[in-house]
Amino acid sequence: MAHFDPNAKPFTKKWLNERLAIETIERVMSTEYWIPKNINFLWAMGMVLAATFGLLLISGIFLLMYYIPTTKEAFNSVNYLIMSQVGYGWLWRHIHAVAASVVFLIIYIHMFTGIYYGSYKKGREMIWISGMLLFLTFSGEAFAGYVLPWGQMSYWAGMVITNLFEGFSKDFLGGALNFPGLVEWIRGDYVPGQAFIGRFFMLHVVLMPLAIIGLIVLHFGALRIPHVNNQDGEEIDFEAEAEKWKAGKRKESKVIPFKPVFLSKDVFVLSIYFIFFFYLVFYHFEFAMDPVNFDPADPLKTPPHIYPEWYFLWSYEVLRAFPKNPGLVAFGFVQAILLVLPFLDRSPNVAPASKRGPFKIWFWLLLVDMVILTILGKLPPEGIFTILGKIAAYTLIALWIALPFITKAEKPIGGR
Amino acid sequence: MSDRRDFMGMALGAFAGLGALGALYAAKRTWDPLPSVKAGGFTTIDLSGAKENELNTEVWRGKPIFVMKVGKNNPAYNDKRLIKVGNDRFFIAIGLCTHLGCIPTYFPEKNKFICPCHGGQFDAAGKVLKAPPPKPLTIPPFKLEGTKMVLGEEGKEYKEMKAQKLV
Repeated sequence: MAHFDPNAKPFTKKWLNERLAIETIERVMSTEYWIPKNINFLWAMGMVLAATFGLLLISGIFLLMYYIPTTKEAFNSVNYLIMSQVGYGWLWRHIHAVAASVVFLIIYIHMFTGIYYGSYKKGREMIWISGMLLFLTFSGEAFAGYVLPWGQMSYWAGMVITNLFEGFSKDFLGGALNFPGLVEWIRGDYVPGQAFIGRFFMLHVVLMPLAIIGLIVLHFGALRIPHVNNQDGEEIDFEAEAEKWKAGKRKESKVIPFKPVFLSKDVFVLSIYFIFFFYLVFYHFEFAMDPVNFDPADPLKTPPHIYPEWYFLWSYEVLRAFPKNPGLVAFGFVQAILLVLPFLDRSPNVAPASKRGPFKIWFWLLLVDMVILTILGKLPPEGIFTILGKIAAYTLIALWIALPFITKAEKPIGGR
Repeated sequence: MSDRRDFMGMALGAFAGLGALGALYAAKRTWDPLPSVKAGGFTTIDLSGAKENELNTEVWRGKPIFVMKVGKNNPAYNDKRLIKVGNDRFFIAIGLCTHLGCIPTYFPEKNKFICPCHGGQFDAAGKVLKAPPPKPLTIPPFKLEGTKMVLGEEGKEYKEMKAQKLV
C-alpha cells in the first residue's frame, strides 16, 4: 500500500516522489547510468543523432503548418509560400533539408564506429539490430520526405523507387516473384499522382516518425543491460566499478555516471557539432537542395541525369551495376546483410579493428569501397565508370561473404 | 477452471484475429487505386498525321506513350513488334524504361533510345540493345479502328501479338 504524507505540500519534491517517483527515475535513467571512462568523441554520436532528430521534428512541425499535399499546390507551397511568404519559413526549410542530409552522415559515422570497435558483439547484438532498423526507417522517411516538394527529382525518385517493388522480371522463376500490381497498389495510381502524394505525406509526418520514436526507445533500452562498449573492448564489471565511484574512489573507478559527468562531454561535442550544423544551414544549405528539384514535376520528361541524395548513392550504384534481376538480388543482399553483422563476425574478440589483424584490412576496405561506390553513384553510367562500378559492387559483396571466414580464422586476443 | 479460461482466451483470440483480418483488408482496399483513376484508363490517338521516323509522345494513364511511324530505312523496319496500320508500320510502346521507369530519349541519327538513368538502350522497335532493362519496351493493350487507336482495350491485333508473346 502506497503511503501518501497528508502534510506534504503539493508539487514539492516529496509530494512528486510519492506520486511519480521522480528521484528514482532520475537515478535509474541518468545519475546511476554508468558509462566507461575509456571512450572518445565518437561515443557522443548517439546524442548528436538524437539532437538532429529533434531538429528535424521541430522544423518539420513548422513546415507542416503551410505545406499542401496536392499535386497542384505542393511545389508552390514549398518554393513560394514557405520560402517567400511565411516569416522565417526559409529557416525551417533549410534546417529540415540540411538536417536530413547531415543525419545520414552521422548515422554512417555511428555505424562505422560500431563496426570498428566491435560494439555489436557479446550481448550488444540487439543494439546493432535496433540501430539497423533505425537506419532502414530513416531511409524510408527520407525517401517519403523527398517526394513531398513535388519537383522533378521528387517525381522521378518516386517513380524509380516504387518500380523496385515490381520485383523480378517474368522470365525469372516463372514470374513467381513478379508483382506488377503491387507497384500500382503502392502508388494508388498508374503513375505517381494525387493518391501517391497523400499517402507518402501521411507516412512522412505520422507513421514513420512514430516508428522511429519507438525504435529509438528500443535502441536506448538495448544499451541498458550490456552498457556501451569502450575503446579497448574491455569487459567492465559495471556494478563493482559503480560501487567504487559511489564510495568516492572516482579516480580508481573505470566508469562515470551519465549525468552529470558524461553529459558534460556530450554537450561539448554537441556544441561543436551545432556550430558546424548552423554554418551549413545559414551559409551552405544549397548542398542539400538539388537544383533539378526546383523544376516542378513533369511526368512526360525525365531529367537528363537522375541520381539519389548522396546517402543512397552506394546502394544505388550496386543496383545499377547489374542487369535488373541480379541487380535486385545484389541490392537486397547489401542492405539485409548489415542486419546480421553480429552473427557473421565469428571471432570472440571485442576489440578495435586495429588489433584484429585481417579484420583491420576488411574494415578499411569496406569503408573505402563504400566511398568509391558513393562517388561512382553520382557519375553518369558510361564507359569506365560502368566497369569501375561493377568492380566496386562485386568487391562489396565479396567482402561480406569473406567476413565469416576472416573472423573465424582470427586469433583470440589476450587468452579471452 | 483452467479449461474455461483457455476457452475464453481462444474465443477472444479468434474474434480479435477476425477483426484484425478485416481491418487489414480494409487497409489494403484503402490503398487501392480509386474508381475514378481506373475509369480514366482509355485514350484514343489518331495515327493518320504521323511522319516517318519522327517520335510523338502521347499520354495514357499518366504514362508517356511513344508513337512513331517507322520508315523502310530504319533497321527495325522488319521487326514483328511493329504494328501494321494500312501500309504503314508503327512503333507503339509505353515510354518508360522497363528497368525502373525513366523515360528513354530517342536519338534519330542512331535509330535508338537511350535511358538517362542507368544507360539502358532500345532500338526503334523497343528491343533491348544494352542492359540493365530486362525486357523490351512494353506495348500497351490497344484496339485499331481504321487509323485510330484506342489504348487500354485489347483488340484483335493486340491479342494476336499476345499469342505470339510479342507483348
